[in-house]
Amino acid sequence: MRKELSDACQKLKIPVGEPNQNLYNGSFTIEGGNFNCAGIVSTSIKSILQKLGIPGDLVRKAAIVSYEAEINVVSYAKKAVVNLMVVPGSVNIEVIDEGPGIPNIELAMQEGWSTADQRIREMGFGAGMGLCNIKNYSDEFHISSEIGKGTHLKMIIQTP
Amino acid sequence: MKIEDLVQALQLEVKCGKDYLNREVTGGYTGDLLSDVMGNAREGYIWITRQVHQNIVAVASLKELAGIILINSCQPAPDTLEKAEAEKIPVMVSGLPAFEISGQIYNLLTLAG
Ligand SMILES: Nc1ncnc2c1ncn2[C@@H]1O[C@H](COP(=O)(O)OP(=O)(O)O)[C@@H](O)[C@H]1O
Ligand SMILES: [Mg+2]
Repeated sequence: MRKELSDACQKLKIPVGEPNQNLYNGSFTIEGGNFNCAGIVSTSIKSILQKLGIPGDLVRKAAIVSYEAEINVVSYAKKAVVNLMVVPGSVNIEVIDEGPGIPNIELAMQEGWSTADQRIREMGFGAGMGLCNIKNYSDEFHISSEIGKGTHLKMIIQTP
Repeated sequence: MKIEDLVQALQLEVKCGKDYLNREVTGGYTGDLLSDVMGNAREGYIWITRQVHQNIVAVASLKELAGIILINSCQPAPDTLEKAEAEKIPVMVSGLPAFEISGQIYNLLTLAG
């Protein structure tokens, strides 16, 4: 497509513009409550970043933060949209869920604090470390939440 | 040290991922809390756990762990094996508890240098 465009431009002597600065821009959805599919979105994000040639350690950071965010949606929310945007210099992951929201973000950010129920804990989730992992493994982390509406996470991982 | 060396030395039962046993093991991590493993294990580590459900495969795959060893003869769920085969994650079973299998692996890895 780009090749055809550039051929056509050459014929018409139109200068070809810079390639789009977005290396990737796409969205995914996560279904709350479904632990059988948990991890699918993070796995897709990981493979997209690998194909884009992002260094392995940064791909793993992105995999960790997206997995923890995904598990939280599956554990606590109804559904979510995940936006992945890769631009030169950074990987941007945004998770916007529809759910109960987080009444006290400061408390939720504390390691070990969790409202996970027995079923979730039996699977080894609910250690209260998810948001800490997200904070520790992203270069920039924003969280906001509205009770009864949902939670909005934004994670940025810098790339060379 | 490769996974197949651990399988031999510790008489592990290989449940799936037989084609990937020549993978190098760079270390190990023992734990049943998924976020703990997510945060603290490193790529190439062998993961020792009693969790048997399929979510362990996503964790191992996302973290690029070498493989998973289930302790106390815990049997993996059928969909765990299916997923692990697809994700190229070897799953093995040991009859030993976590403390003992971890100690033995620690010795093998540190002696092998
Ligand atoms: N997307 C979300 N929607 C509602 N509550 C959430 C969400 N994410 C996290 N929480 C709340 O914050 C707590 C801490 O989250 P986290 O650090 O991931 O630990 P864990 O999930 O193991 O409890 C959760 O127990 C839950 O109460
Ligand atoms: Mg969590």
